[in-house]
Parts: sequence; structure tokens; C-alpha cells
Amino acid sequence: MSAEHSNNGGGWDLQEIQKIAERFADTPGGLMPLLHAVQERVGYVPSEAVPIIARTMNLSRAEVHGVISFYHDFKSAPQGRNVIRVCRAESCQAMGAVELASHIQRRLGIGFGQTSKDGAFTLEPVFCLGNCACSPAIVVGEDIYGRVSKERFDEIIARLNPGVGQS
Amino acid sequence: MATTIYVPRDSSAISLGADAVADAIRAEASRRGIEIKIVRNGSRGMFSHEPMVEVATPDGRIAYGPVAASDVASMFDADFTTASEHRLRLGVADEILYLKSQTRLTFARAGVIDPVSLDDYVAHGGYRGLRRALDMNPENIIAEVAKSGLRGRGGAGFPTGIKWKTAFDAPPTPKYVVCNADEGDSGTFSDRMLMEGDPFTLIEGMTIAAIAIGARRGYIYLRSEYPHAKRALGEAIATAYAKNYLGDDILGSKKSFELEVRLGAGAYICGEETAMLESIEGKRGMVRAKPPIPAIEGLFGKPTIINNVISFATVPIIMERGAEFYRDFGAGTSRGTIPLQLAGNAKNPGLIEKPMGATLREIVYDYGGGTASGKRVRAVQVGGPLGAYFPESMLDVTLDYEAIAARGGILGHGGIVVFDETADMAQMARYAMEFCAIESCGKCTPCRIGSMRGTEVIDDIINKRRSRENLEILRDLCDTMKYGSLCLLGGLTPLPVLSALKFFPEDFGLDAADVDFIGPDLTISANAVTSNAIAPR
Repeated sequence: MSAEHSNNGGGWDLQEIQKIAERFADTPGGLMPLLHAVQERVGYVPSEAVPIIARTMNLSRAEVHGVISFYHDFKSAPQGRNVIRVCRAESCQAMGAVELASHIQRRLGIGFGQTSKDGAFTLEPVFCLGNCACSPAIVVGEDIYGRVSKERFDEIIARLNPGVGQS
Repeated sequence: MATTIYVPRDSSAISLGADAVADAIRAEASRRGIEIKIVRNGSRGMFSHEPMVEVATPDGRIAYGPVAASDVASMFDADFTTASEHRLRLGVADEILYLKSQTRLTFARAGVIDPVSLDDYVAHGGYRGLRRALDMNPENIIAEVAKSGLRGRGGAGFPTGIKWKTAFDAPPTPKYVVCNADEGDSGTFSDRMLMEGDPFTLIEGMTIAAIAIGARRGYIYLRSEYPHAKRALGEAIATAYAKNYLGDDILGSKKSFELEVRLGAGAYICGEETAMLESIEGKRGMVRAKPPIPAIEGLFGKPTIINNVISFATVPIIMERGAEFYRDFGAGTSRGTIPLQLAGNAKNPGLIEKPMGATLREIVYDYGGGTASGKRVRAVQVGGPLGAYFPESMLDVTLDYEAIAARGGILGHGGIVVFDETADMAQMARYAMEFCAIESCGKCTPCRIGSMRGTEVIDDIINKRRSRENLEILRDLCDTMKYGSLCLLGGLTPLPVLSALKFFPEDFGLDAADVDFIGPDLTISANAVTSNAIAPR
């Protein structure tokens, strides 16, 4: 078990996954809230958790895997310490999101869907944050930012991780 | 007495620093020994003024904005808690023309009240609609909603009353009420603002719907990108349960309604109602073939009404004020008001609730003030990522279901995204195909494969690789996607593509004559489709 990579500091074990799964065993359509709960606890949905979830929910492993792989939110591997989501939809594009996205990739040295080698950042695309009146928009961890210029992005990142902004 | 100061908890206001502003006001007041009470309201929807701070006075609420945390000390220096002069002072909030010229029915309370205070909600007319509904028989509730002319605000514009009647007439098994809060369209945020700014309105509307069709359980399917809406809904639902507005024997009526929020997981397709049902059932969000329609066979195979947030949230005012009151607003067969959302490259973006029938020009220029960049308006996309791109010359179109449809577009969920003259419309067309490819559920071939091929073919046209032949292929592909897709994701993706081609052929390196197979209403003319399409040159 590679708990040391997990987003939330690790400390989870399969028994805990079992307990989380049992909370949703009697919930109609409980698989989605179950997967959210596991991901919230661990930071992703570990492959070792799939058979436990399947057994508890009376589903096949293929069905559980199918749901995990269908939704963009569910991750099968640990994410970086800071997950940065950049809106790539129309409204943000109208306000320079394409250029902003290039800047962010250069600045972090990673592409969309990648995690930096030191595990500091994961970069994800997102299609609309509902912040279209304040485009372009990004989310860093839990925090949403609007009207993000290249300079504002650098400030946000520098506050998170001193040093990165000076590269 | 402590002065009440309002600082929005709306996520757009927060994205511009509203939390830091609230903290700064609290700290500064305490440092100066000034007694204040901070209420975290929703947003009024004037985003060029956000974060907008309001001070309650006997003469109304005085607005200041846009306020940065670094402005707060100077506001206290100017004694702003007595509504005094300051360079950021905007005057009485309700009198600001952007707001005053609107018709706020669905959004009457949003930005005004404390969103999670039941007392505030009731003091502002909340739950009068439910109380009236509890005194009526279900048929009469449904008749009232039908008579109001309310049509689905999610985008399809289907008459709400007919949908409810269908579920009501279905055999008495467990029935469900589902709210589509998977607001995935770029350029739209009215659902989010309503849920963050006045969540009890949605809860009340769903409760009325449940009583009307005889449902005892409901779900709000909320997109995971809206954590602030989740928090506001969670608080409001807990209070509604505690005060007997949800749960068993609501207000002593013997009626019961259980309401739960279910979180999506970043799949645009789950805004399609049958994919949403699959997702609530805990499955992949794969679109179902219709029929059967959900009103007859929906969630867990049972009769289910699915309405958008704004549709449900409009029901309380219809029940409170009566069908005629609501129906008297609007144009043609589009009745009532619609919360339009102005976004993208707009100088004054925001939430603009108007009676159906305002012109696009009025929204883009009178409210929006043109572009944020100061450059010319080049294109305006109406109705989300599956809506048409209109050129500046067509902005006199009125915003109602029929008028937009007559020009080949869709009103959709009321999103309006402005692009200035730097926009590359060929890239926007390509993006429409790319987005469809990313978000397709994969069940039907026209959408799954068509969108992939569409992206490649547009690339070839842009790069002048056999552009004429590829244009023929693109035309044929759009036709196949439009008529052959299982749902509107594949079915409407041709719309932004064809409109970009029709109105901005120069961006693709084409002439107007090259795209004359696209009619003025953005359909592909019949003789073009039957011509010998892919003859190599």
C-alpha cells in the first residue's frame, strides 16, 4: 500500500475503505457518493479498493471500474499536493484562456493531465466553473479565482510555493 | 445597534476576493471598536462591481464596489458604516440602473437576503407559494403551473405543466422529483447564483412539485464544480428539515418529502436528463434512448419529473402571485421572465433577468457596455457550447425561444458569451467538435466518432489540405450528427460549427460562396445533401 503518496497525508487502510463502503451499501444508487467519499479520504480511488467496493455494493469489479473511469473527477492515482484546474471553455477562451493555459504549462513545466516530478502540482482542464462573468477562471485546491491574468497566476502560485514564481 | 454589512458569499464574488474583504471588514471594525453585523448574501449579479459591499441604512442599502481588502481601511476612514461618501460608493443598490431596469421575479431575493436564513426567506415572501399549494388539490397546482406558460429553463423549453401532468397521470408507484443542477454550459451561472443566493426557493419549488405529482423523494443533481452551492444547499436543506418544511408531515399537511443532494463528477453529459438518471442510480452517465420518457419511466424505472433549477425556482412565485401574474410577462409563446447570463468578453457581465423578448443588442450593449477589451464585438454565442455564433449584424434578434429558433439557434439556458474581433472562429468551431469528443458518453456513433472526425476535418480545412473536399465531408458529418445522434450533445454540436462557417468563412480560408449550402436558418439545404458529396478533384 502506497499511502505515503496520498493527497490527504495517508493513514488509510483497506478496513477503512470497507467501512466507508458499508455506509452506502443500502443507499439507492450509492456508488457515486461512495466513490466521492473514498476520494475525499484518500485523494484518489486506489485500485486495491475496487474489489472491496464491488463486493460491498454487490456489483462486479468491471462495473465499479467502469464508473470510476467514466467520470473526469475520479482519479486512480495520487494527485499533486496542489491540483490546479484551468477552465478551457468558451467564455474563458473569449478572455484569453488559451494564452493563460500556455503560460501556466510553461510556468509549472507540465501539461494538462500531468503531475510535476516533485509532486507539487497537478494540472487539470475543467469545462466551466460557472465563473463565466469573471473569466478567465481557475481553481487552486479548493479556492476559485476569477479574472486571472498571467501575473495574477504567478502571484497565486508564489504564495503557495515560494520559489516557483521566480523560475 | 450594530450596522448590518453585506458581503457576498457567491463564488464569483469570492473568486475576486470577497472572503478577504469580509475578513478585513471584521478586523477593521473590531480594531476601531465599531459594532457591525456581517451578512454573507448572494450576489446581485453585477460583476463589474464585485466584490460589492452593502451597508443597511434607513434609506436603503448603500453599495460600494468593487472593493478590495486593501480598500477597507480607507472605507472605515471615510466612515462608510454610516453610508458616507467614498470613491467606491455606488449609491442605493436597488437604484443602480443595471439592476433597477430588470424584472426580478425568480431572482427577487437573490443578493438581498441571507441565503441560509429561513426567517429572512419567510420575511421576504418565502413559502407563501407552498402554503397556497398545500390548500389546493394536485390537479389545480398542475393547472396553475400550466396556465403560467412556464417552459423548461434548462434549455429545451418544454412546457413544465405538461411534464408534471404526465407524471401525475402515471400509475401510483413511487415517483421522483429530480432537479437538474448540472449547469455545464459555458457562459451560464444562473443556477449557481440561485442556489448560492436563495436556495430555499429551489427547495420550495421542488416541494410543490412533489406534492403535485405525489412524489415522496427528490434529488438535486449538483455538479461537483459548485462547492459553494453545495454548502448553501446543505445548510438550507438541514434548516428546512429542522423547521418541518421537509421530511414527514410538512407543516401539518400529512404530506412528506425527502430531499437529497447528489454530486456529479465532472461529466458534461450528465446534464442530459437520462444520463443524469443513470448517474443518480450509480452508473456511468450513458444516455438512454427515448421513449420511454422519464415522466413515465425515469429514476429507478419510476415516473420522474426532471426540471432545471430555474424552472423549479420559478414555481413559488407562480403559486404565490398566480399564473396570470407570471404569464403577463413575455413575448409570443415564451411567457414570463428569463435570467440571462452575460459573460465572456463583456465590459459589464452579469445576471440580467428580463421578460422574454429583450433583444440581444440590448443585453450586449445597454447592459454589457460592449466588450471588456474595448475592441469591436465580432461574435456572440447564445445558448451555451451547443448554441450558434451570431455575427454583430444579427444582434437585433429577440431573446425568446421562437425568435432564436427561427434564425437556427437555441436560447438554451440563457447564456450569452461575447467575443471581440480577435476571436478566431475557425478555432471555436474546432473546439466545439473537440468538446463533444471529450464529453461524449460514447453510446452512439455519430457523436462518439463524428466529433473526432469533425476535429480532424476542420484542422484539414484550416490548414488548406484539400479544403473543398473536406468541407463536403464536414457538411455530411454535421448532417449525420444532427439527425443520427441519440441526444442533443451530438445533435447540436453542428450548430456552433455551421454558424461559425456560415458567418465567418474567412476564418477558415473560405468564401461565402463555399458555404452557401448552409441556409439562413443554419440548416443544410436538401439539394446540397443529395449532391455527389465526396468526389475527389
